[in-house]
Amino acid sequence: MEKFIRHTGSAIPLRRSNVDTDQIIPAVYLKRVTRSGFEDGLFSAWRNDPEFVLNKPEYKNASILVAGVDFGTGSSREHAVWALQNYGFKAVISSRYADIFRGNSLKGGLLTVILPQEQVETLWIAIESNPNTEVTVDLESRTVTYNEVTCPFELDDYTRWRLMEGLDDIGLTLRHADVVTTFEEKRAEFKPKTLPVLAE
Amino acid sequence: MGKTLAEKIWEDHVVRRADGEPDLLYIDLHLIHEVTSPQAFDGLRLSNRKIRRPDLTIATEDHNTPTQNIDQPIADPVSRLQVDTLRKNCADFGVRIHSLGDIEQGIVHVVGPQLGLTQPGMTIVCGDSHTSTHGAFGALAFGIGTSEVEHVMATQTLPLARPKTMAINVEGKLKPGVTSKDIILAIIAKIGTGGGQGYVLEYRGSAIRELSMEGRMTICNMSIEAGARAGLIAPDATTFNYIKGKPHAPKGADWDAAIAYWSKLATDSDAKFDVEINLDANELAPFVTWGTNPGQGLPLNSKVPNPAEIIDAEERGAAERALVYMDLKAGTPLKSIKIDTVFLGSCTNGRIEDLRAAAEIIKDKKIASTLRMLVVPGSARVRLQAESEGLDKVFLEAGAEWRNAGCSMCLGMNPDQLQPGERSASTSNRNFEGRQGKGGRTHLVSPIVAAATALRGTLSSPADL
Repeated sequence: MEKFIRHTGSAIPLRRSNVDTDQIIPAVYLKRVTRSGFEDGLFSAWRNDPEFVLNKPEYKNASILVAGVDFGTGSSREHAVWALQNYGFKAVISSRYADIFRGNSLKGGLLTVILPQEQVETLWIAIESNPNTEVTVDLESRTVTYNEVTCPFELDDYTRWRLMEGLDDIGLTLRHADVVTTFEEKRAEFKPKTLPVLAE
Repeated sequence: MGKTLAEKIWEDHVVRRADGEPDLLYIDLHLIHEVTSPQAFDGLRLSNRKIRRPDLTIATEDHNTPTQNIDQPIADPVSRLQVDTLRKNCADFGVRIHSLGDIEQGIVHVVGPQLGLTQPGMTIVCGDSHTSTHGAFGALAFGIGTSEVEHVMATQTLPLARPKTMAINVEGKLKPGVTSKDIILAIIAKIGTGGGQGYVLEYRGSAIRELSMEGRMTICNMSIEAGARAGLIAPDATTFNYIKGKPHAPKGADWDAAIAYWSKLATDSDAKFDVEINLDANELAPFVTWGTNPGQGLPLNSKVPNPAEIIDAEERGAAERALVYMDLKAGTPLKSIKIDTVFLGSCTNGRIEDLRAAAEIIKDKKIASTLRMLVVPGSARVRLQAESEGLDKVFLEAGAEWRNAGCSMCLGMNPDQLQPGERSASTSNRNFEGRQGKGGRTHLVSPIVAAATALRGTLSSPADL
């Protein structure tokens, strides 16, 4: 995973609440067996509308998505994170995310920042009045800065460390493989196994 | 202080706990399907890793699979490749798989319980948000992303932050015609699609205790629609009776040991939940959604709401957009809304009791000539059971279509889809824009409302017949 320390770029305002992962990427795009190429499905239904923000030339190069409350609800599809990353987004800012989407994003190196709704509104206004506004998401200092504004955000130390080091979760867990083995030795006998196959 | 059911299961699965780090939790059962696993298998290959416990892993094909002509190759080459990829991956990594045409094939959340692999006190995960279904057995079960799927494959564990707990107390007795689907739709309308975020829900109270296992599964299934990763119901005699005799249920001395353990799982009387919500079962009515998220629902006797009367600006905006998408006018009685397609099926309501309840209403009648009705059993076994009871004939004689098992029209990934502008009454779980096909409009309902709607052509409850 790529390290995330800080990112500076322009931002795009997505003034919608409750954007579910079916909107981020519809099921019909989930048939690929790779992790790349999902950008064409990103917000695909809305992209037919020329007025949709992603279609506006002034936001063409945006790399930070500023979304409404409850972003990423619904399906657990990690393809939603891949679609945002494949399109070029490095960070998302919202006042609240669905749990699974947030977990997926932080596993995959897409930084999902939580700011209070008032600060999201202020940021929306700033980027709408000047789409070239430079926004910096700094994980080291845990702040979002633009113009003269600095907004601190929270992220637990462990996740921050993992993102800043670009560490693979699986590798970290495998360091404790012996503890897993010890745990397995004590598991109850009655717990079911899928193998061998038992029939009715 | 005592512990809640969720806390007990959590504590019993902590492999490693360290300051400032998430708990490392052991996973008892990993369910796999074709959509969210290929990139995880690829990750294993790249790192030269194996599946740690193939004997705690099982795969089925459900999302992409057609529900007609299943003896022929899948027509869509991209879907076929994804299904073929799962088959190859399972062969390469030694994972048990139930493919299209196999008697145990079906929606992953129908298959687990019917094989007896879903048991109380377990941790169960799947790359599918409706894994919360298995919580009906008193198992801590939740959906995960593909990175986590790979993590479970490689380590049989997951690092997880401990969730908070929320009790949802549903006391009283349901009126006739009111079902578990109506309970959960009412809960989501009450707490909102983000209301459960960060919580494990525990459904409690006399109305929950009265429900069958299948009714409980419907409720837990839609916990994610309230924003909660998991929903739980304490195991009791109903649970034990349901599991007993299933292929992978404990037997002999193991059964006794299991019952002893399962019986201790219920939330202690002195345990504290972080939040408690109360719902009066006596007051509930058949429920239907009018908008584009599962929280936008109302009793069927209501009218389409007027966004101008919604105080919260975010909710008002969402309601305005939803009415445009749904092509509905404020003030329209919900019961006057004409339906083009009725879908009976999915991991929410595709079990035998759901089919029986709908068949009882449809028996010896004809569906409206203005609509089509798809009846899709949740698994091949549910289909066989229904056929042995003659339910297939009831649906066919009424003019409905009788299909093979799969996710079908719950999501637009296989040939069963709404056309743009088409309107459905659906027993599934999500009414998101385009969920059932691009431009399709979805009203979520219970199986008996679906059946009554099929007969009348407009959203209806059995009492309207």
